[in-house]
Amino acid sequence: MAALALALPVVLTLVLALALTGVPAPAARAFAYEAPLANPKLEARADAIFASLRCLVCQNESIAESDADLAADLRRIVRERVAKGDTDDQVRQYLVARYGEWILLKPRFEPRTLLLWLGPLFLLVAAGGGIAVYFRHLAPAGASATAPLSAEEERRLRALLDDESAG
Amino acid sequence: MIPEIGHYAAILALAVALVQGTLPLIGAARGDRAWMAIGSSAAITLFLLVALAYGCLTWAHVVSDFSVVNVVENSHHDKPLLYKIAGVWGNHEGSLMLWSLILALYGAAVALFGGNLPASLRARVLGVQAWISIGFLLFMLLTSNPFLRLFPAPPDGNGLNPLLQDPGLAFHPPFLYLGYVGFSMAFAFAIAALIEGKVDPAWARWVRPWTLVAWCFLTIGITMGSWWAYYTLGWGGWWYWDPVENASLMPWLAGTALLHSAIVVEKRDTLKSWTILLAMLTFSLSLLGTFLVRSGVLTSVHAFAVDPKRGVFILGFLVFAVGGSLALYAWRAPSLKIGGLFQPISREGALVLNNLLLATLCGTVLLGTLYPLALDALTGQQVSVGPPYFNSVVIPLMVPLVGAMAVGPLMAWKRADLAGALARLKAAFALAAIAALVTFWTVYGGSLLPVLGMVLVVWLLLGSLIEFALRVRLFTVPLTQSVARAWHLPRSSWGMTIAHMGLGLTILGITISGTWSSDHLGVMRPGDTAHLGPYAFTLAGTAPVKGPNFTARQATFDVTRDGEPVAILHPETRHFTVPPMDTTKAAIRSSPFDDLYAVIGDADGHGGYAVRLYQKPLVSWIWLGGAAMMLGGALSLTDRRLRVGAPGRKRRPEADPHRPEADPHRPEADPHRPEAGPPRLQEA
Amino acid sequence: MRWKFALPLVLFLGLMALLLCGLGLDMRDIPSAKIGEPVPTFNLPPVGSLPGLASKDLGHGQVVLVNVFASWCVSCRQEHPLLLALKQQGEVAIYGIDYKDEPAAATAWLNELGDPYSRIGDDHSGRVAINWGVYGVPETYVIGKDGKIAYKQIGPVTAEALRDKILPLVRKLRAAP
Repeated sequence: MAALALALPVVLTLVLALALTGVPAPAARAFAYEAPLANPKLEARADAIFASLRCLVCQNESIAESDADLAADLRRIVRERVAKGDTDDQVRQYLVARYGEWILLKPRFEPRTLLLWLGPLFLLVAAGGGIAVYFRHLAPAGASATAPLSAEEERRLRALLDDESAG
Repeated sequence: MIPEIGHYAAILALAVALVQGTLPLIGAARGDRAWMAIGSSAAITLFLLVALAYGCLTWAHVVSDFSVVNVVENSHHDKPLLYKIAGVWGNHEGSLMLWSLILALYGAAVALFGGNLPASLRARVLGVQAWISIGFLLFMLLTSNPFLRLFPAPPDGNGLNPLLQDPGLAFHPPFLYLGYVGFSMAFAFAIAALIEGKVDPAWARWVRPWTLVAWCFLTIGITMGSWWAYYTLGWGGWWYWDPVENASLMPWLAGTALLHSAIVVEKRDTLKSWTILLAMLTFSLSLLGTFLVRSGVLTSVHAFAVDPKRGVFILGFLVFAVGGSLALYAWRAPSLKIGGLFQPISREGALVLNNLLLATLCGTVLLGTLYPLALDALTGQQVSVGPPYFNSVVIPLMVPLVGAMAVGPLMAWKRADLAGALARLKAAFALAAIAALVTFWTVYGGSLLPVLGMVLVVWLLLGSLIEFALRVRLFTVPLTQSVARAWHLPRSSWGMTIAHMGLGLTILGITISGTWSSDHLGVMRPGDTAHLGPYAFTLAGTAPVKGPNFTARQATFDVTRDGEPVAILHPETRHFTVPPMDTTKAAIRSSPFDDLYAVIGDADGHGGYAVRLYQKPLVSWIWLGGAAMMLGGALSLTDRRLRVGAPGRKRRPEADPHRPEADPHRPEADPHRPEAGPPRLQEA
Repeated sequence: MRWKFALPLVLFLGLMALLLCGLGLDMRDIPSAKIGEPVPTFNLPPVGSLPGLASKDLGHGQVVLVNVFASWCVSCRQEHPLLLALKQQGEVAIYGIDYKDEPAAATAWLNELGDPYSRIGDDHSGRVAINWGVYGVPETYVIGKDGKIAYKQIGPVTAEALRDKILPLVRKLRAAP
């Protein structure tokens, strides 16, 4: 095990060294030039919108990072709409009307995505609540631990014991 | 002939696995030592047989035996030898073969080096592990047999996807599998412990090294995969929140939580049923990832060929393995005794917080990955869950996690002084505040994420250093004494500091490269110069070049800084004929300070070429941070303390492995010793 | 308190049930956002000798298919015989939108393979197709009497899709008032 552990960094270094020396690496498909918007502020906005739209052909890339033809077409449309003075949401709505909500990489907050957006919070609160309950259960037994209870803990303990005798 | 030997060896391996999955378990239940001992010899035999089968498949690929379907579908005469070997696992059937091989390797490792485990525990671990082998061998033989023949044999094969012909990609799956499959050890140990009805600090010590090994491999596998995406996909992105990436991230998050909760079991003999559950969930998430990638239920750029029959099989296997283990858990876990007690504000409390946040992160990634599927299945509506979602939910969870990472190690076991711990981080707090102000001023008017990122980086890096300095009493005792203390510090302390700082470095790379990169996208003619940050990229010219199985147009960029040459970059557009595909190959000059990244695209017909140029400061720290995390894990692995559970240390006089505290030679076992915990306030 | 230890099992089995349902789904099959909506407004020039295609040509009490194709598209060849057979039967008119194609290439292609269309619009830039929500060729739309989009077939038309979905729908729409 120890030998294995020592071998790991060596292997890693070799792999990284091999990789860093620039061994040829093929990449995505060929691409053509696209003229950016003349106004850099608008182009930056367009860029941000690209990243929020799914490339429908490649399915797991945004149109910002896809070399597919359709992605290039969609980028052109986004640039046109931004140049025309649409807000970011209007641009996105323009494409949603054609391709559906599915094109949005960041789903909107609405009833059907409620669980998606609130899920993490729910998980955190539920798990946190579970842990809090766990500590409450430990609290009375904590009296036998080395550390003496604080006044607050004493109060909680008494409340808990009262609860139990009442129940 | 050779493929038949491989096929036969695989079938024989299945038979051996059936023996290994039954007799030792029965033996352990009856207390029959001879039957228990069968486990070890069976595990070694299983490994040899699977290795033979794997070797036969590799041979078929290397000599381009086109009478084998798997070779025809994934290989080609002209393919370089490296990719013929790597091509074995570059496809669904072969990757199952590799998965089985690694699984058998871990089993054999337990058999060979697990001499210090109690016989019944070892027999049970091997027995449980064998059932996973049975599942995978059956899956391979029934639905995805790599040894099938084709008659008549075609003259040549279909070739390998050019995107996959790359050393970074070729060699990261074995690391990922070493990680995924390694977690099967924790899974097997957890089930064995549930069967035995006993979880104690000794158990945690046996599990921890195996979990660490798997975690190190998975860390490096993910790091390599991300690096591959960075230089291959040609946009400078390095993480896409793709289902396949998420499938590797979920076991990593759960495994990280497991490493931390196992510490609590080991030191304080508590949090047992949670740790058992985590050990089972970590491997279950590895299996789930396999299902998601191979069944085609989720669309992914990396996905293997889709076959619903395979999906049904893996689903059945998941229900059997994970459902079975969770049922065992529901039945046996309530009888596990609650161990040492602690207050919420304590080292244990901090580790519980770590587990809470990591588990929530893991659950969030799972939710985001499966939500489109769930919505479609329940309502028939489609929704996309992409990077903007993940970024917006993961970052808020990372903040408290990183915040606690600096404080936790400064807390004492059982009951700690939070104010005291924070007081010792005054310097980190002050510098983080300065970093916030400086970053805020630099990016004024822009996003506040870089400010947050820099605060986390400074807080975590400095917090880790302060904790380390306190531990070696830097500046409070003479320097030589501090060095001596550092030298004698348990390796796991070093490991923790390095791994925690590794995460800090990764966040540093993400923040800086995400905020201060420059790019140039445009058309350039030979002789044109583009300016990015302090650099000037001049397109010197283009030339046709020929590779082993492609033709390419190679551009030459001379990069200078203040007139001084810095680098020459050679990006290419490549044309592969088998299968026909045009790709671009980025040229990257990496350095610790910044990466220079050039991609060349189509000719515009007027002598110019579409180009993408990037300068990305500190971007390589994203992966160097990953390497540091792995290094920290590997250092921890060499800790003396873990040798109780570590294989190959039979010479140690072991009294009773179930009670490590009984051994006076292991002072670190005592959580009250300053080496084990951080120096407490009165000592500082 | 024992039930809480069974919670992971319950959650897991729920997840498995979900995944089992998921296996039967094709996540690549994205229904059109424009189902039930009137066709977008457009006016495309003709290809070859056939008349061009505009939004005003759709509706007017007629059920038609609109097939988005291109001469460079490989799967279009696959569905082509089915479309020709459909034209022979004469059950429903097929209009074509020639997506990002050279009219000359499209004409040559149709001369070689046969022409199933009664009208073809030349969408040289691909902009009209985007208004339709096209994300790949071929795609085939069923347009109702009221000029609204009733169905979208993604990918090549197959004999099964024609028999089980498209033609029954055409008949139903035609029978509707």
